[in-house]
Amino acid sequence: MSGVLRAARPRGDRWARALVVGLPYAWLLLFFLAPAIIVLKISLAEQTLGVPPYTSLFAAGRLQATADNYLFLVSDSLYASAYLNALRFAAGATCCCLLIGYPLAYGIVRAPLRWRNALLLLVILPFWTSFLIRVYAWIGLLKGNGFINNLLLGAGLIDQPLTLLNNEFAVYVGLVYSYLPYMVLPLYAALEKLDPTLLEAASDLGCRPMQAFWRITLPLSLPGIIAGSLLVFIPMCGEFIIPELLGGSDTLMIGKVLWDEFFTNRDWPVAAAVALVMLVALVLPMGLLRRYLVREAT
Amino acid sequence: MRHRLSPFLATMLVLGFAFLYGPIASVVIYSFNASRLVTVWAGFSTRWYGELLENDQIKGAALTSFEIAFLAATGALILGTLAGYVLARYRRFPGRTLFGALVSGPLVMPEVITGLSLLLLFVALEQAIGWPQGRGIVTIVIAHVTMGLVYVAVVVEARLSAFDRSLEEAALDLGARPWKVFAVITLPLIAPALIAGWLLAFTLSLDDLVISSFTTGPSATTLPMVIFSSVRLGVSPQINALATILLVVVAVAVVIAGRILARTRSSPMP
Repeated sequence: MSGVLRAARPRGDRWARALVVGLPYAWLLLFFLAPAIIVLKISLAEQTLGVPPYTSLFAAGRLQATADNYLFLVSDSLYASAYLNALRFAAGATCCCLLIGYPLAYGIVRAPLRWRNALLLLVILPFWTSFLIRVYAWIGLLKGNGFINNLLLGAGLIDQPLTLLNNEFAVYVGLVYSYLPYMVLPLYAALEKLDPTLLEAASDLGCRPMQAFWRITLPLSLPGIIAGSLLVFIPMCGEFIIPELLGGSDTLMIGKVLWDEFFTNRDWPVAAAVALVMLVALVLPMGLLRRYLVREAT
Repeated sequence: MRHRLSPFLATMLVLGFAFLYGPIASVVIYSFNASRLVTVWAGFSTRWYGELLENDQIKGAALTSFEIAFLAATGALILGTLAGYVLARYRRFPGRTLFGALVSGPLVMPEVITGLSLLLLFVALEQAIGWPQGRGIVTIVIAHVTMGLVYVAVVVEARLSAFDRSLEEAALDLGARPWKVFAVITLPLIAPALIAGWLLAFTLSLDDLVISSFTTGPSATTLPMVIFSSVRLGVSPQINALATILLVVVAVAVVIAGRILARTRSSPMP
């Protein structure tokens, strides 16, 4: 009925509606979709000296596209290994996040009601504090004469400082630490919805707690596990700050490669090609997988 | 529900929170360390805070960062509220699928790609139409608005979907104009989400290093850029002091916002 009435509304309201849709739409088209198309365009150009440092795609009235940048990415094993490294680190760190985050989220769900909001806020709070500073904190803890080494040396557990910084270990620690809150929140949301009478029924029927966990809690929290894992996996793959500050020469990740191509080598076309490959080989498939899995699980 | 916390879960809670807060605590503690060596304790001192206040580079960068964050959060709030409203209320219009994809896109996009692609857009625009002239605060704000608006949209959409729209429809049927319905009924109802969204966009902007580094020019240096270049050279007690100040500011803001949200949530909803 209201639809009928609204159809007869003055013309000004339709304009208002067009404006409400149009403003954010136009903004996102211009500053999110158009840039992606420009990345594609520049990845097909050549590097030159000048401003801007790439050749025009249409010169002298014809298309001058080149696949050289992509061939270069394939020919140099650095790029493939940086891409595989990123996938490996992100996959490992996602598993660690899950192993730490799941009991944490489950503990919060099981905690007394009056504590629950406070505990949840405590999980969210680090997410609000500076990412850079949280990564920086680990430098002080992990370095040769850092807190952890001093502690272990003081306790007489080791004789000389361990190498904890600028290696794979430090990158894993940084990734897990930085992305843990993102993992806990969807897990908490899934576990909170779980009907406790199911577990009571299982227990009444003689099911042991461990068995009940594997057969009831875990399968029912699967949407949360999937949502949390994919939420952390994609940004982890593109991470720049963590491999830059905590990693070493053997922990190259694709996000850092893109940064270096752009800022150090000033090769914009190759940087654009790296970005496009990441987009096609990482963001799009993971986005589609996420849609598919979330639909399957719910 | 049986609120039984098994010993295993209780231990995991303690360990989990120790893991989350230990490193942050270490930064705060060593900011009060008298020694320049960040890892050796040499007595309590506020010396680094004093030096920080005299560091003009950091003060200037902080001012730039707060200016950018304020503008970006406000822009993101306006556009994000519209986007969230569209997602929650306009079920069908031409191009809705694309709109949904555009709103969720920046959420999953790695920052290096967002930063690079926006920079390339700005360069191409400057070539084509002469705007923006050079890069600096304006281009960073545009980038941060784009990043922040999708977060605001998600928060606003969630809030709008949480209450039923019969109130809005009643007002519409009684002859109120849509913009009036929005101002008088919808806006007060989603106010907590707007506060949360603005704060979220503000802190995201304040914290951003990667996208700012791509989209900035010689005229604008933000706080994370100064921290980053300093951290690359090693740990410095001044950075610890700065980190502590930022932590306190953010913690206070989040707790206040949490209070506001909790109060409005417990009040009877229409």
